[in-house]
Amino acid sequence: MCGIVGLFLKDPALEPRLGELLSAMLITMTDRGPDSAGIAIYGKPVPRRMKLTLQFDRPQEDFDGLAEQLEHLSGDAVTVSLKSSHAVVQLPAEALDDARAFLRRALPSIRMMSAGESVEIYKEVGLPQEVVARFDIRSMAGTHGIGHTRMATESAVTTLGAHPFSTGPDQCLVHNGSLSNHNNLRRELARAGIRFETENDTEVAAAYLTARMAKGRNLGEALEDGLCDLDGFFTFVVGTRTGFGVLRDPIACKPAVMAETTSYVAFGSEYRALVDLPGIDGARIWEPEPASVYFWDRDRLAGESTLAA
Amino acid sequence: MPTFDLSQTPLRELNQALHGLAAGANDTEFEVVNPRGSHAVAVGCDAPVAVSIRGSVGYYCAGMNSAATVTVHGSAGPGVAENMMSGTVVVEGDASQYAGATGRGGLLVIKGNAASRCGISMKGIDIVVHGNIGHMSAFMGQSGNLVVLGDAGEALGDSLYEAKLFVRGSVKSLGADCVEKEMREEHLTLLAGLLERAGVTGVEPSEFRRYGSARKLYSFDIDNADAY
Amino acid sequence: MTYHNPPTPPRKSAIFDDVSLAEIRRAAATGIYDIRGGGTKKALPHFDDLLFLGASMSRYPLEGYRERCDTSVTLGTRFARKPLQLKIPVTIAGMSFGALSGPAKEALGRGATLSGTSTTTGDGGMTDEERGHSELLVYQYLPSRYGMNPKDLRRADAIEIVVGQGAKPGGGGMLLGQKISDRVAEMRTLPKGIDQRSACRHPDWTGPDDLEIKILELREITDWEKPIYIKIGGSRPYYDTALAVKAGADVVVVDGMQGGTAATQDVFIENVGLPTLACIRPAVEALQELGMHRKVQLVVSGGIRNGADVAKALALGADAVSIGTAALVALGDNDAKWEAEYNALGTTAGAYDDWHEGKDPAGITTQDPELAARLDPIAAGRRLANYLKVMTLEAQTIARACGHNHLHNLEPEDLVALTIEAAAMARVPLAGTGWIPGQTGL
Repeated sequence: MCGIVGLFLKDPALEPRLGELLSAMLITMTDRGPDSAGIAIYGKPVPRRMKLTLQFDRPQEDFDGLAEQLEHLSGDAVTVSLKSSHAVVQLPAEALDDARAFLRRALPSIRMMSAGESVEIYKEVGLPQEVVARFDIRSMAGTHGIGHTRMATESAVTTLGAHPFSTGPDQCLVHNGSLSNHNNLRRELARAGIRFETENDTEVAAAYLTARMAKGRNLGEALEDGLCDLDGFFTFVVGTRTGFGVLRDPIACKPAVMAETTSYVAFGSEYRALVDLPGIDGARIWEPEPASVYFWDRDRLAGESTLAA
Repeated sequence: MPTFDLSQTPLRELNQALHGLAAGANDTEFEVVNPRGSHAVAVGCDAPVAVSIRGSVGYYCAGMNSAATVTVHGSAGPGVAENMMSGTVVVEGDASQYAGATGRGGLLVIKGNAASRCGISMKGIDIVVHGNIGHMSAFMGQSGNLVVLGDAGEALGDSLYEAKLFVRGSVKSLGADCVEKEMREEHLTLLAGLLERAGVTGVEPSEFRRYGSARKLYSFDIDNADAY
Repeated sequence: MTYHNPPTPPRKSAIFDDVSLAEIRRAAATGIYDIRGGGTKKALPHFDDLLFLGASMSRYPLEGYRERCDTSVTLGTRFARKPLQLKIPVTIAGMSFGALSGPAKEALGRGATLSGTSTTTGDGGMTDEERGHSELLVYQYLPSRYGMNPKDLRRADAIEIVVGQGAKPGGGGMLLGQKISDRVAEMRTLPKGIDQRSACRHPDWTGPDDLEIKILELREITDWEKPIYIKIGGSRPYYDTALAVKAGADVVVVDGMQGGTAATQDVFIENVGLPTLACIRPAVEALQELGMHRKVQLVVSGGIRNGADVAKALALGADAVSIGTAALVALGDNDAKWEAEYNALGTTAGAYDDWHEGKDPAGITTQDPELAARLDPIAAGRRLANYLKVMTLEAQTIARACGHNHLHNLEPEDLVALTIEAAAMARVPLAGTGWIPGQTGL
């Protein structure tokens, strides 16, 4: 039960302003969810490097010496940049799995928010205004991003319970609504070896899509599968390294507004979230159809494709 | 003409001023600027005042309107003119879901498209949509008229009671207990009146088809259980 | 030698008991599920399974009749400009004109007004009789929106947004055509004599984030005067109470599964929801965690019958209770004086629940003018007031015995439970032990 915003840029000239635009959109949605806020930003990938976003309970202590330890592990340069309770680790792509295993072992209190070539996820308990300021989201550049402000329904108000959820490399998902079969689905996915960090229904949705994609479906196809397998009320906005998608459930009660110009595609739970975007007056504005998937990919900027109807 | 700039003035002041209008008051025209998607703009009006809103509004604009004429020079969010009693609400742009929900009287004109559940549970309101309407429109519609110049989405008129639906374009599918009905002279007359009141020109009533309740759900019958 | 076979008495199945067998035959014969009124008839853990400890040496009791024990309660102190001041913490729950006759609605208003408490409209709008005879009237805002209009909204004293009710959390309504008289049909904008199907969700919002905006609209229309209640059926009271608070409620009403309904499927009444006893502590816990206990008031309903039930609900953390079925009984529902007529309907006084059929011999749950005329609204209102007075005196008697000068000072620690089930649900110790099942070890 929440407010969602998303922005997928087509015009590279807007990329330096991604954080600023998305932050303003999210703050406008504050009323829809007072419990926690989070934002995923897809920045420019560095060749052969991977990024890990970490969250610490005690940033000053746990952060200390982390870069050296990871460099020792990978035998190559590692950069760690601390932002409030989060840190972004940049390391050689081939060192990612070892680094994750090491972090789990050496610093079990660390939470891994995301991993991938381009995504960084920042989320905390609190209002969007505070969360955005804390991580200086406004100054961030990027190609696309997704934000969420949460009114918790059944799972705990914690950092990990905040959206976006990331369960695969460069994947993230935010949700408005309430799934009604997430417990069964969670058990099935857990039996298939997927680890869950929270009791949150949205994490199940994210893990479900990751599992489908691991079986070779692309994001759009995985979302289409979700229309059959997920029960309840849901609007999802999802991101991948190069893609941005929206899925609306067959009942389609939860609010959703989309806008598209030659420069961007934007999503908001309400029109208010979109009013300050450049050129919004000339944008095509519509509400996503029930039981439909919308998907854009930077690698093939073909525009909206409705895969299921 | 009093003007309320919602980027400067709290919503409460606008609605309070509208509610405070005494009979025969001099201020009968209000302007609202910078609504920027605000919710509950010009709700609960109870006097023959004209309110012009310059921009787009959020949820429940002109909710429970009585007597007033509210014009949105932009788009409207969910539930525009919900439970309207009388008066006129005009949306120059598009309307989100639940437009005219449970409305009991008056006229709602949407010059663009309306999203899903337009006229849900309508109880006497007249709704004229120049564009298309989304799915589940007129769900459980009890009374009143819904006129659509464009196309209708899925499950039009599901569980319909006595609301009358007129659609000029295509209907993606009809909901449970909703059927196409004969367009008789009285309906053509009714429709002509509605089109005129909504300022529609160049469109003939004969271009529309009429849909209404099959009345099979009016008394419970186990053989209709699939429709519930 | 002849072998004598000792006779075995016929033995009926505990599973396929007479009621289950009859229901199978009824379903097979009619092809319709059983629709009825009232609440669950199951034996559930209830307030009877709790006892007060009373004062003796470690606590001092108050003297009855001389030392004051206050019963007043204010509902709607969070945002509303005009909260409701009640003399007693027992209100009358929402029951529709349509389900009930006009005189019955009038009697409820009269009884509540004599007692200094509020009564509530229902799924059918507000009648002039009801408004006229109710000093404090709560206007229900329901998914059907039958008769909903801004004039009644403004002349109400509070607004209750009904998300669900205890008899059928998650369900809509089904009032069969027999009760849709001319007046009911007109109020509901429906053709006369057809089945009325009420939606299970509100037509123009879904979920607490949208509800917050709906509440803003209702407050703006009524100039922030009226307290806004949110009524939920007892199912997930911890989460639902927290979400009602986040959505902006002034008052949360939690209705347990013993709460009645005018008409719904028996399978729904008997198999969906939580006992009232199990609803209170999770709701209070949610309020406490949000720092809102006593700031957002909690009203509990579902099977409240006497002053002991009132005192127990308040001790567990409720600010007030609400009664529906008990109020109808006080008016004269299911009275044994109509036994011959109940028999003619194939039932007996005390078991009559076919309220949807509109043939109520007591003239309460009917739209038949002849039957409705049997209820004298003035006398029935007086009976309701008497009953409310007795309930209040009973609750005061208990509170004084526990040493409290206000009913709101009753605490969970004043209670023990007779059964493990009740101890677990009410989160009070099993009598004579310190054991709260589910909370502490043995």
